[in-house]
Amino acid sequence: MTAIQTRRRPAGSASAANRIWDAGPLTKVVLAFALVLSAFPIYYMFIMATRSKDEALDTPPPLLPGGRLGENIQQLLDNENAYFATGLINSAIIATTVTFSVVVISTLAGFAFAKLKFKGSKILLGSILLTMMVPLQQMGIVPLYEMMVNLGWTGQIQAVILPFLVNGFGVFMMTQYTTQAVPDELVEAARVDGASTMRIYTNVILPAVRPGMAVLALLTFMQNWNEFMWPSIVLNPDNPVVQTSIAALNQAQGTDYAMLFTGTAVSVLPLIIVFVAFGRQIVGGLMEGAVKA
Amino acid sequence: MTLNIDTPAPPKRTGPRRSSGHRGSGRGGNALTRFDLRATPYFLVSPYFLLFALFGLFPLGYTFWASLHDWELGGDKSFLGIDNYTELIADDGFWNAVVNTVGIFIISTIPQLVLALMLANALNKRIRGRLFFRLGVLLPLVTSVVAVAVVFTQLYGRDYGMVNWFLGFFGVEPIEWQNQSWTAWIAISTMIDWRWTGYNAIILLAAMQTIPKDLYEAASLDGASPRRQFWQITVPMLRPTLIFVVFVSTIGGLTLFAEPVMFEGNPTMAGGATGQYQTVAMFIVKEAFRDFDMGYASAAAWMLFALILVGILINYSFTRRIGGKK
Repeated sequence: MTAIQTRRRPAGSASAANRIWDAGPLTKVVLAFALVLSAFPIYYMFIMATRSKDEALDTPPPLLPGGRLGENIQQLLDNENAYFATGLINSAIIATTVTFSVVVISTLAGFAFAKLKFKGSKILLGSILLTMMVPLQQMGIVPLYEMMVNLGWTGQIQAVILPFLVNGFGVFMMTQYTTQAVPDELVEAARVDGASTMRIYTNVILPAVRPGMAVLALLTFMQNWNEFMWPSIVLNPDNPVVQTSIAALNQAQGTDYAMLFTGTAVSVLPLIIVFVAFGRQIVGGLMEGAVKA
Repeated sequence: MTLNIDTPAPPKRTGPRRSSGHRGSGRGGNALTRFDLRATPYFLVSPYFLLFALFGLFPLGYTFWASLHDWELGGDKSFLGIDNYTELIADDGFWNAVVNTVGIFIISTIPQLVLALMLANALNKRIRGRLFFRLGVLLPLVTSVVAVAVVFTQLYGRDYGMVNWFLGFFGVEPIEWQNQSWTAWIAISTMIDWRWTGYNAIILLAAMQTIPKDLYEAASLDGASPRRQFWQITVPMLRPTLIFVVFVSTIGGLTLFAEPVMFEGNPTMAGGATGQYQTVAMFIVKEAFRDFDMGYASAAAWMLFALILVGILINYSFTRRIGGKK
């Protein structure tokens, strides 16, 4: 990532009024407690994934890793109800495709809304904000399902890809980002030089908004990797996404918690890796978006 | 506004300015440039609007049309007018789902906002490893709803769950969390709060950092305690962001689906033996895909939209008042 990092320390230090910004003991306790609460369920999940079916039911539950991770993964992949490997592949394809589409479409629209003057732009942008209030997923299930039946696509992953190809949040975020990442004069200057709109897009806008695109890509990928309701309706158990595959494990009689937790651990691992690698950008992107919103 | 955060600051002036081949023939000098200026913006926003029309707007209208019919997939579609809606309003099952949804929303959102505020305030202090703490509280967001629900459902298990084991030290008899509505609501609310509190704290933190520091300096000179400063300066200044956070929570909370479904552990969408934690979203899916009454489900979907609008209005008028009198 080519993001330029600006790390500014709070200015000034010693004055008495400033001392209230130093973390006191209470603050440290609150933060430590929050960290433990945040991490514990994830830690617990990974511990259970290394334990046997019986150990998972011990009270008190085991809190240290065991040695059965390999066997649990093997069992998970062999499970005849879950189609877990298929689910992983499907989720990867769906999330990647949707992310690509959302980022490209949002960047194009964000450029237009942020830097170009055209009739109706305010109304169009406002309409996008309004639609963010509508529970499109819940309201769309009947017609979208019927649409997929008519196309003969139920049970196939394109049925999960299509409805998610655009979202209002992406356009909104890229509009905000482009507004502040690209100075108007830069666009003006390129115009004077005779550049066409598309050339301005490729040569001026794209290089400047890349960090914003990265954050949007990560958020979109996460969201689609985690999608549950619509896939559980439109896909069949033998061709699932990773989340519905886990739901199938969960629904099996006499749940094997060790295997179930192995499934959830494997399903969140890619996200955690991405999060650790790009954490700084994600936090920064979220905070920037929040202030502008 | 100075944000002392570690942000991927947008590179300010790095756009490679290749003033290429065809040099300006004067602004708007030819028809091509004029066409470019006028038409290209629409071309740029059209992919969004075309796809949105197809997968967002069209389904909205179609759902409304379906809600006016006795709608069966590939079968009979006779016009009913508003009968689905009147039936829905008299349907105890529907209102049960509404009460559950609103109940879970209230007992999850209020503690969540209070905790997020406290957490944001703590994160706003000067401390070593601030990025580490920020990442730490965001970690739950990265796990999927399904994984969260699986882990928490196990933690809330009657016989082997850690929560009952822990409560046992205080002499509490093992609780069957799924059996009663209020225990199920609490269990589901903790799943939601665990996942979202840190996220909301980060959003509130971002807003806190835009509050001018001299406001606090002036207040401390006047002898205001930190606690007083928090309630008299921080919270009122956060109002727009709080409105945003409550807005997002309202939509998310009222469309709650995955947590209760995973908590139940089977795909019947019943929400427990007596529907004690069936949400409106579960009700819609059940009507449409278990009972195949798509018209009825469509009417329920529009009622859900109405519920969200009411929720947003109430929350907005409520949040607007936070620290407003001053």
